[in-house]
Amino acid sequence: TKRELPEHFKAYKHVWVVVECEHGVVHPVALELLGEGRKLADKRGVELAGVVLCGDDLTAALVAAACFEHGADLVYTVTDPVLAHYRNEPYTRAMTDLVNTHKPEILLLGATNLGRDLAGSVATTLLTGLTADCTELAIDDEGSLAATRPTFGGSLLCTIMTLNYRPQMATVRPRVLAMPARQIGRWGRVVVHPLNLAEDDIITKVLRFVADRESDKAQLAYADIVVAGGLGLRSAENFQLVRALAEVLGGDYGGSRPLVQKGWISADRQIGQTGKTIRPKLYIAAGISGAIQHRVGVEGADTIVAINTDPNAQIFDFAHLGVVADAIELLPALTEAFRAHLSVNRLAG
Amino acid sequence: MHIVVCMKQVPDSAQIRVHPVTNTIMRQGVPTIINPYDLFALEEALRLRDRLGGEVTVLTMGPPMAEESLRKALTFGADRAVLLTDRFFAGSDTLATSFALAAALAKIGQEFGVPPIVFTGKQTIDGDTAQVGPGIAKRLGLNQLTYVAKIADLDPTAGTITVERRAEGGVQVLSTRLPVLVTMLEGVNEIRRGSLDDAYRAARATIVKWTAADAGITDLGKCGLRGSPTIVKKVFAPQARAEKVRQVPTADVSTEALAASVMAEIFKCQPALEGELMRFSAGP
Ligand SMILES: Cc1cc2nc3c(=O)[nH]c(=O)nc-3n(C[C@H](O)[C@H](O)[C@H](O)COP(=O)(O)OP(=O)(O)OC[C@H]3O[C@@H](n4cnc5c(N)ncnc54)[C@H](O)[C@@H]3O)c2cc1C
Ligand SMILES: Cc1cc2nc3c(=O)[nH]c(=O)nc-3n(C[C@H](O)[C@H](O)[C@H](O)COP(=O)(O)OP(=O)(O)OC[C@H]3O[C@@H](n4cnc5c(N)ncnc54)[C@H](O)[C@@H]3O)c2cc1C
Repeated sequence: TKRELPEHFKAYKHVWVVVECEHGVVHPVALELLGEGRKLADKRGVELAGVVLCGDDLTAALVAAACFEHGADLVYTVTDPVLAHYRNEPYTRAMTDLVNTHKPEILLLGATNLGRDLAGSVATTLLTGLTADCTELAIDDEGSLAATRPTFGGSLLCTIMTLNYRPQMATVRPRVLAMPARQIGRWGRVVVHPLNLAEDDIITKVLRFVADRESDKAQLAYADIVVAGGLGLRSAENFQLVRALAEVLGGDYGGSRPLVQKGWISADRQIGQTGKTIRPKLYIAAGISGAIQHRVGVEGADTIVAINTDPNAQIFDFAHLGVVADAIELLPALTEAFRAHLSVNRLAG
Repeated sequence: MHIVVCMKQVPDSAQIRVHPVTNTIMRQGVPTIINPYDLFALEEALRLRDRLGGEVTVLTMGPPMAEESLRKALTFGADRAVLLTDRFFAGSDTLATSFALAAALAKIGQEFGVPPIVFTGKQTIDGDTAQVGPGIAKRLGLNQLTYVAKIADLDPTAGTITVERRAEGGVQVLSTRLPVLVTMLEGVNEIRRGSLDDAYRAARATIVKWTAADAGITDLGKCGLRGSPTIVKKVFAPQARAEKVRQVPTADVSTEALAASVMAEIFKCQPALEGELMRFSAGP
């Protein structure tokens, strides 16, 4: 129930997005959040700010530029060598300082390992509400943030609000919101904020960072085309049919959770509620029944093609294009059809 | 060394329905289990105890029936179980939950020895927020280590710990000082079966039960619904999609012909795709 907002919270205005940029790379979820944050800020008639915490000024400048091009009116930067690698302590300190100084009403973060680690600490320090892993953000009639999230493995949704505390905090999963168009040349204000912390003040040390090998890294979440298989493929060997089609299409591949449990694919290729959310232009699901936990991870795809022997499979409830057929037969034929079509047209073109 | 593992009792899998009228979650009749992610934390704690000596205490905040889960944890080999249970805790969000658990942990420290390590799971399968671990760490001033895949080194005498932490795009090797809060990644170990002795002991063990007052909580305004800044406005089932699936006709066609028509239908749905594929297959 909503009470009159306590006096000390009335100064809280504006929408903030924490822009994750570890190792100099902006995490795409931050740009997705700026796109959504823009809409929320417009609805509230307030400004949208990106918050950039990083180790050096050059990174800060580049990341700030990306923020402006994706909708931010201003960017708060905290630049300090102690922020070069993510650590909870200095990041929490920088964030809580910034919030207490500049007072945002809405604070959004990506639901990444970094975002979740940081958000939990910041919310507890500020003693405010934090809604996790949202899939939808809106402003209600009274001007409060209404954050909707799946729960119980995606079988239910709930809308959660933080009415009487500020800021209203939420984390959002990568790839759930659409990527806003880049507006080249768009610009805004930079507000530099100091961090009064020395390395000696920080207890936790980063001894090493071991980057994932490029080849191991599934780019699944951001692939334009994804082909996936499920238990209907019946063996790890048949799963190669999925990879072959993905390869011809220049896409990536993944699968349902049971395939990870059986060891047919690695855990980072699991698609769904407890795996990756994907948002490709084309998603081809072969031998996947379409359980709700799988569905929530793929619903953002532009075109969903389902191949399943069972005409009553749940996947046909949300696929755009259905094929009631044996995937083990159809996949190689489809791979061949695309291969032939693309090579013929290449010769012709 | 005394280690505490926080465990939540959760409804088993997705057998959950919403009441059509009240829109509340109907948990009745759904079997409950220990949150599966918490078993990785428990096993890691038991391994540390086996190696370094000491005790493992498991802690749950929940209704009286959560005692079952705690007893189960004892059969795996935990030494002591504490159930924090009080009607004042009902409706807790993560902020209120971390408040109550932090109070109980402080009390555990007084009664049974201060734990240099507190474990939680990565997240739960019902609330699924991953916020309670960081909340406890902040409230108790513990150094926070989330998504830990491996405890590489632990020196209780020097008071230091080194872990491998799953970060974006790689693994961070972090070292810090005890006391710490560790949230354990899934799949990093396998829960032991527990010995027959453990089973006997678990059946007869007395579970420590504390109310809010027992845990030293005086400000009940920080507990339960009253202490929760988040408010669940509504719970609802996902909308069925209005648009119907277009089925590609499959009767009386060869696999090759079917493949050709599926490809054609895909290009019809995604007119730009054909050109993009062409450019891709032509290479850079
Ligand atoms: C808490 C929780 C979290 C979960 N998280 C996830 C998640 O993130 N991702 C996920 O995918 N699942 C998840 N699951 C599991 C999910 O509920 C389903 O069990 C799972 O998605 C089913 O996988 P499947 O479709 O491959 O297998 P099945 O459900 O067994 O479906 C196989 C399908 O293949 C069809 N088939 C059989 N033979 C053929 C053939 N020759 N050609 C074509 N079709 C064929 C069948 O008709 C059937 O529809 C989760 C479950 C829980 C409880
Ligand atoms: C549908 C639904 C959605 C919710 N969404 C939110 C939300 O967005 N924001 C919010 O603040 N609250 C939310 N809650 C409330 C939240 O689930 C409760 O606060 C709960 O007590 C703990 O959160 P969690 O299940 O997300 O645990 P997590 O933070 O995911 O748990 C992490 C670890 O903390 C430990 N732990 C968690 N709970 C306990 C416990 N009771 N006893 C012992 N150890 C424990 C376990 O080791 C666990 O692995 C939601 C609840 C429901 C039912």
